[in-house]
Amino acid sequence: MTDTKVQKLTGSKAMSLAIEQEMLKDDKIFVMGEDVGKYGGIFGSTTGLMDKFGPDRIMDTPISETGFIGAAIGAAAEGFRPIVELMFVDFHGVVMDQIYNHMAKITYMSGGNVKMPIVLMTGVGGGYSDAAQHSQTLYASFGHLPGMKVVAPTFPHDLKGMMTAAIRDDNPVVFMLHKTLQGLGWMDQIPASLGPVPEGDYIVPLNKAQVIKEGTDITIVAAQMMTVAAMNAVAGLEKAGINAEIIDLRSIKPIDKETIFKSVAKTKKLLIVDEDYLSYGYTAEVAALVASEAFYSLEAPIGRLAIPDVPIPYSSVLEKYVIPDANNIIAKAKEIMES
Amino acid sequence: MKDISKEHLVWMYTKMKMSRYFEERMEKAYMEGKQPVFNIGAGPVPGEMHLSNGQEPAAAGICVHLKKEDTVTAPHRPHHNAIAKEVDLKRMTAEIYGKKTGLGKGKGGHMHLFDPAVKFSCGGIVAAGIPHAVGAALAAKKLGEDWVAVAFIGEGAANAGAFHESLNLAALWKLPFIVVIEDNSWGISVPKSDSTCVPFNDVRAAAYGIKGYLVRDNDPFEMYRVSKEAVERARKGEGPSIIEIETYRFLGHFQGDPELYRDKEEVPTLRAKDPIERVKSHLIKEGMATEKEMDALDANIISEVDEAYEFAINSPLPAPEDALEDMFV
Repeated sequence: MTDTKVQKLTGSKAMSLAIEQEMLKDDKIFVMGEDVGKYGGIFGSTTGLMDKFGPDRIMDTPISETGFIGAAIGAAAEGFRPIVELMFVDFHGVVMDQIYNHMAKITYMSGGNVKMPIVLMTGVGGGYSDAAQHSQTLYASFGHLPGMKVVAPTFPHDLKGMMTAAIRDDNPVVFMLHKTLQGLGWMDQIPASLGPVPEGDYIVPLNKAQVIKEGTDITIVAAQMMTVAAMNAVAGLEKAGINAEIIDLRSIKPIDKETIFKSVAKTKKLLIVDEDYLSYGYTAEVAALVASEAFYSLEAPIGRLAIPDVPIPYSSVLEKYVIPDANNIIAKAKEIMES
Repeated sequence: MKDISKEHLVWMYTKMKMSRYFEERMEKAYMEGKQPVFNIGAGPVPGEMHLSNGQEPAAAGICVHLKKEDTVTAPHRPHHNAIAKEVDLKRMTAEIYGKKTGLGKGKGGHMHLFDPAVKFSCGGIVAAGIPHAVGAALAAKKLGEDWVAVAFIGEGAANAGAFHESLNLAALWKLPFIVVIEDNSWGISVPKSDSTCVPFNDVRAAAYGIKGYLVRDNDPFEMYRVSKEAVERARKGEGPSIIEIETYRFLGHFQGDPELYRDKEEVPTLRAKDPIERVKSHLIKEGMATEKEMDALDANIISEVDEAYEFAINSPLPAPEDALEDMFV
């Protein structure tokens, strides 16, 4: 960190501050997306930027994702550093060709001769009854294909530091912001969405997980709202005599396996919690990494909690059933401890 | 206007009024559990809520010419379209309340209403319903039926790739397909002038060699007239049409939208030109109905909507584990 002055900011303010500070330094950076202008981004990621930089650099777009995300690719190849917003990650379907076949592959196909310094920021996550087409995280869908760095920061400090790192990176970075962690006035304002953020610019690496609570009995690996759920489970776990170590992944691709292996070597037990679908998700990826490279650390079967391979249902009672929460984590951790 | 029968005008008025009252009740129902602190996920009706107050002529003006076998697809703001297509009001309301008796057993919610009995569907992805309606029109053609398919979209969807691909297909195959563009001036916070390269989308019909219609100022009578022509042409095998109607968005993009991007004067100006009142005063002025008859009609409409709300409110919630059902049939 280069600055010791710290202020309390919401996730969205932390993100927009990172974008602002980088834009002041580099006039090749511009932002495109739906409602990023006057509105400041539906999830607040460009709050106040229109007033500071004007419509030439903060560009509201039509609802034409293939057009403007494809245009980011073309502009990046010309030396610009576009930040583009796909409002909800669920809307990926209309633009995935540009993302998967082009943004992610051009650097490789060109033998490293064409750079794609693009930040694709996108809102993820459910828990507020927005139903099947507006509630997904799709961490794994983006983590699966090579060619993109995929990050999913939880806390305001990391949202700012990883946004700065993403903007400075010469490669495409998919920057997943969790709606509930943005501290928006119209959503449930949870404590985790507000946190200390240094005023000056700083970097949080795009490939490092973080142990956010040390423990001795079981390692819980999570991201974003599942990290929050794991933290919410701490008291209940302690009541059950379980001292959990909690790892906030922060980076979906690559996964920081060293941090996970080191923790599992200590705790000997592993529970992975994901707000994405179970099959082929990061619960499977982390489990496979540990089973194949740190197998002898384990003293119990690996536990996985994730959406049970159904779309996210609308009705609250149904949605609560499919998204893992603190109670599920406590129950699963007990099961692992007793196995 | 004289060419519109009393029967059709009363039908349109009924659907428009029903839709408006449904939304006004929904505005209140939605705020339950969200005061004094607004939280989108709280209350008996959580999640995003996109209401259609002001946009009623777009739906009623064309659906009056449709029959049960005709298909309608609608976007994320679907209640007026659903009501005009005569979707089961009780089960629709129950769905919005997330109840087991809802159209989708509580799995879909307000943006994802499916009533195959009247061939209605809607969805939360902009422009996605357009090709679905093209497919329904293709099915009608293959079956040799005179059915038509109507896709309702917002003006923002006219800039999505799916719009252009679908219109080319529909024109190429001369399908009985109509896209109704409900131009409420706003794509969330972005005005049409900042999103669309032409002032009116009816001119885009020229790109596909099809017919384009423009209805100015939310006029229900003109919407009726151009829709009648477009539907008749489609039924006769004369191909697809684009109808754009300048309509009004009385409320925010979603409930809870602070609307800081919109001039405070806009909504009162629009409300002063309420299209439902225009139809009502026409009916009275032309001697087709008396004030008293209109009051009686309103009372019936209100009680039908209230019954649907009572049904929804009193219906059971699904069991949590029902979340795992209906993945495959």
